[in-house]
Amino acid sequence: MSFQIVLLWSDALLFVLIAAIVGLALWARRQDALRAAWGRVLKDGVAMAAATVLAVFVLIGLLDSLHYRARLEAQPGAAARYAVEVNSALDALLSDLRQRGEKTYSAPLATHLFAKEALENSTQREFPRLKHGGAHLGQDLSGHEFDIALRLSRGLAAALAVWLALVALVSRTRKQEFMAVLRVMRSGIPGDGAGNDPKVVQSKATGAVLVALLAILLLFGVALSLGGGYHVFGTDKVGQDVLYLSLKSIRTGLLIGTLTTLVMLPLAVLLGILAGYVGGWVDDLIQYLYTTLSSIPGVLLIAAAVLMMQVIIDTHPQWFATSAERADARLLALCLILGMTSWTGVARLLRGETLKLRELEFVQAAQAFGVGRFAIMRRHILPNLMHIVLIALVMDFSGLVLAEAVLSYVGVGVDPTTISFGTMINTARMELAREPMVWWSLAAAFSFMFALVLAANLFADAVRDAFDPRSST
Amino acid sequence: MSILAVKDLTIHIGAARPVDGISFDIAAGECFTLLGESGCGKSMTALGIMRLLPAAAQVASGSVSFEGTELLALPESGMRDMRGGGIGMIFQEPATSLNPVLTVGRQIVEALELHGGLQGAAARARAEDLLDQVGIPDPRRRLDEYPFQLSGGLRQRVMIAIALAGAPRLLIADEPTTALDVTIQAQVLDLLDELRRQQGMALLLITHDLGVVARMADRVGVMYAGQLVEEAPRRAFFSQPAHPYSVRLFAALPDAERRGGRLATIPGSVPAADVRHEGCRFAERCCEVMPQCRQAPPPWREVDAMQRVRCFLPGAAPGVAAEVGAGGAAFAAEAKPLLEVADLKVHFPIRRGILRRAVGAVRAVDGMSLQLKPGRTLALVGESGCGKTTAGKAMLQLLRPTAGSVRLDGVELTTRSTSELRPLRAKMQMVFQDPFASLNPRLRIGDIIAEGMQALSVGGGDAAAKVGPLLEQVGLRADMVSRYPHEFSGGQRQRIAIARALAVKPQLLICDEPTSALDVSVQAQILNLLSDLQRELKLAYLFITHNIAVVDYLAHDVAVMYLGRVVERGSADEVLRHPRHPYTQALLAAVPRIDGVGREVVKLAGDMPSPANPPAGCHFHPRCPLADANCQRAYPAETLFGATHAVRCIKAV
Repeated sequence: MSFQIVLLWSDALLFVLIAAIVGLALWARRQDALRAAWGRVLKDGVAMAAATVLAVFVLIGLLDSLHYRARLEAQPGAAARYAVEVNSALDALLSDLRQRGEKTYSAPLATHLFAKEALENSTQREFPRLKHGGAHLGQDLSGHEFDIALRLSRGLAAALAVWLALVALVSRTRKQEFMAVLRVMRSGIPGDGAGNDPKVVQSKATGAVLVALLAILLLFGVALSLGGGYHVFGTDKVGQDVLYLSLKSIRTGLLIGTLTTLVMLPLAVLLGILAGYVGGWVDDLIQYLYTTLSSIPGVLLIAAAVLMMQVIIDTHPQWFATSAERADARLLALCLILGMTSWTGVARLLRGETLKLRELEFVQAAQAFGVGRFAIMRRHILPNLMHIVLIALVMDFSGLVLAEAVLSYVGVGVDPTTISFGTMINTARMELAREPMVWWSLAAAFSFMFALVLAANLFADAVRDAFDPRSST
Repeated sequence: MSILAVKDLTIHIGAARPVDGISFDIAAGECFTLLGESGCGKSMTALGIMRLLPAAAQVASGSVSFEGTELLALPESGMRDMRGGGIGMIFQEPATSLNPVLTVGRQIVEALELHGGLQGAAARARAEDLLDQVGIPDPRRRLDEYPFQLSGGLRQRVMIAIALAGAPRLLIADEPTTALDVTIQAQVLDLLDELRRQQGMALLLITHDLGVVARMADRVGVMYAGQLVEEAPRRAFFSQPAHPYSVRLFAALPDAERRGGRLATIPGSVPAADVRHEGCRFAERCCEVMPQCRQAPPPWREVDAMQRVRCFLPGAAPGVAAEVGAGGAAFAAEAKPLLEVADLKVHFPIRRGILRRAVGAVRAVDGMSLQLKPGRTLALVGESGCGKTTAGKAMLQLLRPTAGSVRLDGVELTTRSTSELRPLRAKMQMVFQDPFASLNPRLRIGDIIAEGMQALSVGGGDAAAKVGPLLEQVGLRADMVSRYPHEFSGGQRQRIAIARALAVKPQLLICDEPTSALDVSVQAQILNLLSDLQRELKLAYLFITHNIAVVDYLAHDVAVMYLGRVVERGSADEVLRHPRHPYTQALLAAVPRIDGVGREVVKLAGDMPSPANPPAGCHFHPRCPLADANCQRAYPAETLFGATHAVRCIKAV
């Protein structure tokens, strides 16, 4: 084998999570009520478009989670040795982007560095040529703009071709006219009320997915075609391609968003409902706990915990075979710490709502039937809190991605070798103070985060609506 | 000369038309009542007149002219002067219509500054006058109090005082007494009537209560599904209602004459506001429906000079004969009591300070005793805050009593632990007041009804199969099991709640105001259902209510509660026909009667004292017209009149 598979803890957790989601989906298919609710989500154009975008993010994240160590060339007969560097499938796909580093900053699509330097064999300070950006143009830069336009249109055309092939495939499997599929896309655009005929609704969702795919493919095509010769989002301080950094950040963002939520949510839901429903000393205890936790400034508490954890990691180098494993452990520990410290807000919210629900007559009716405490919490309290949980989940998802940025700024975030939106924004902070301003790494990080968080928000909204019996008549 | 003329007022909310072409006039000094069930557009009409419609609603057409000014054409600034200055308005819920962070005086003075041009001391003096005028004792002190320091009745009086501050010529009162107890309702209605007579103020009274109409109205307009269907002077309306809907409303009212029989009901419920009507709006629910009713809307037809009706039926609608049933389910009165409550006490500790030490107690239920025999109905009557709901919950052990004993079928409940109680829970169930809060919105009807059976392992495991027949038993369809509660109307929800309780085959059903959130016609359906079930299943009901008419119709025995204690108990006839306790007498006298026949009125002053600090001696003496020094000494012992009639009053004769 020319490589050795490396399974980091976070990869394992991510795959378990995906497997759990798939398993839940298969189970939900057999439950009438759940299937009906998810059916409503599947028919919602906006939700499906958002899901498509999310799926692309998840796909990139998953590709980035297939880690391996390349085999080093060695004498025949000698034991196989593997590189210290742990790469992922995404790295392999993007090896061009990864390896074509420049010396330092360069603007998007530029052919020269961003800052003047003293050139070799010259006394003048000039903008040096990039090693890779626009290298195919040679010395003749008059064709620069033409080349960009050409690659742009080539990328767009290729994307369109792929997309049309996809539409043809859909029309084939659906036994619909090709043009008919194109036509339903118009109705798939939100705001275009086209009746509530189930078939139309179904194809509306398909249309929305196709529209979202078209947008994604166009961006992809352009990035691919331009990326072949230029740095699409420019390069950062040490000359790394910003597009590559952004793509690598997706996994970190997804991990911090999901794993932290997984740690936080059970704590928040369990403690919030217990405090609200059981009351008495249980309530007192939980309240003291979260009051104490939230009375310590959040960042400081996290910083203290992270520093402690860092000391443990640093004093036990033997635990980690590679630096990637160490960075991964730090990431997981960060998720755990963030989760343990950020449940208080949601728990307080849920406790208040539970206090209200507890006095409602349907809970008392269940008590009159002798239904057990935990059954009441599960059947009567929890489902009526789900809207809050779902909203909190999405808000926290985006909040956590941002918290990671703040922590990286303080220096207690992810490992410096881990690429994340937080580290990107953190380095961009210095760049914004430059004149002229280096805006592209911040812009790239924000546009990726924006797309991710917006898609998650829209999707969660649709899920919440579909599961609220009152809004689905 | 009419002061307010509404012509063809139509209000749209999207596709819905909650008010669809309504016209009426109100003369100066007249009281016009808009009568109708919930959802028929009464409040929307009032808000349309005041131009206070919610943002989604708009007046589509029509005109509202007040003293010759077209209100719908006024600029907003002109309308602001009109509101409060020309037309005052008071709302249903006194608890939310006052600003909780401003003193009462500040809120009245605000209205005076705007509409009376008064400032400072003059405004304050006028505010004091107004409070005095609306019958608030010690107005000078009350001016500096906050709304939470006032009781519901006093708050509604403050609202009226604020409405009066601009000296309006028309007062719109939207269900002004619905949230109040009968004794307080009587006080507020008296006040409104007196003010109207003194100041020549016209009154547009919106209500669903025929009793209030009988007490107050000069003329009545009956609204149904966004339209007026009948307009008549009070006397004509009560002696000869012309529209089938009005006739049915009267027939649906429970009272003693219909006891043991069935109440007339109106099948179905008020149509949704977005339904388009071809013909008569009432055709679907009307028993006298004719083919032409479904083709074109009926025009106004004059019954006589003052009374008109929108109906094709010639002549007055036929009355509904009260069905006299096979006699109430008066089961053997000598049977062993099913429920025995002795000296039940529920005290809630008042905790203060850092250590949360109990410094006192709210004595919600303070020593009540009663008995209920199988197959009979005992009504527990009293004003809000007297502890009747708490008592009901304590009997079910939903709240653990502080002291006393509750025996169900001879088994003592208060000493049993939660798990020991579980097997007994199937014998006693509860139907709650608010059908919108008593069903979990996230569960399907089938799951809601099956819950009790599963929790108590009743029905031999196959709970789901038992749900269908139960739904049919309460008058719903078996195929409704997979629907959610929000798809049902209030009456249907209450049926579901009853089915849920019946699922575990209880012997005792505690009904906590099961019809107070429902319209009259729906209330009749539920009451019929309850009495049918009692006949079939020999259920015993403990019926907690403040509605005397319902008690009169349904109850075999009555217990009257005041401040946590039963002050009078006996058979329905004894208590309601020959009340001996002055509180019972006052309570009965305060109920507005639709026949308009006044009783010897025993007026109650003031409000119920706080159960945290009950008066010494007889709890009722501060409000009692008969009280003297003896009443303050000790709580009176029970005096028996006959075998069953017991009264706690030393003055009772």
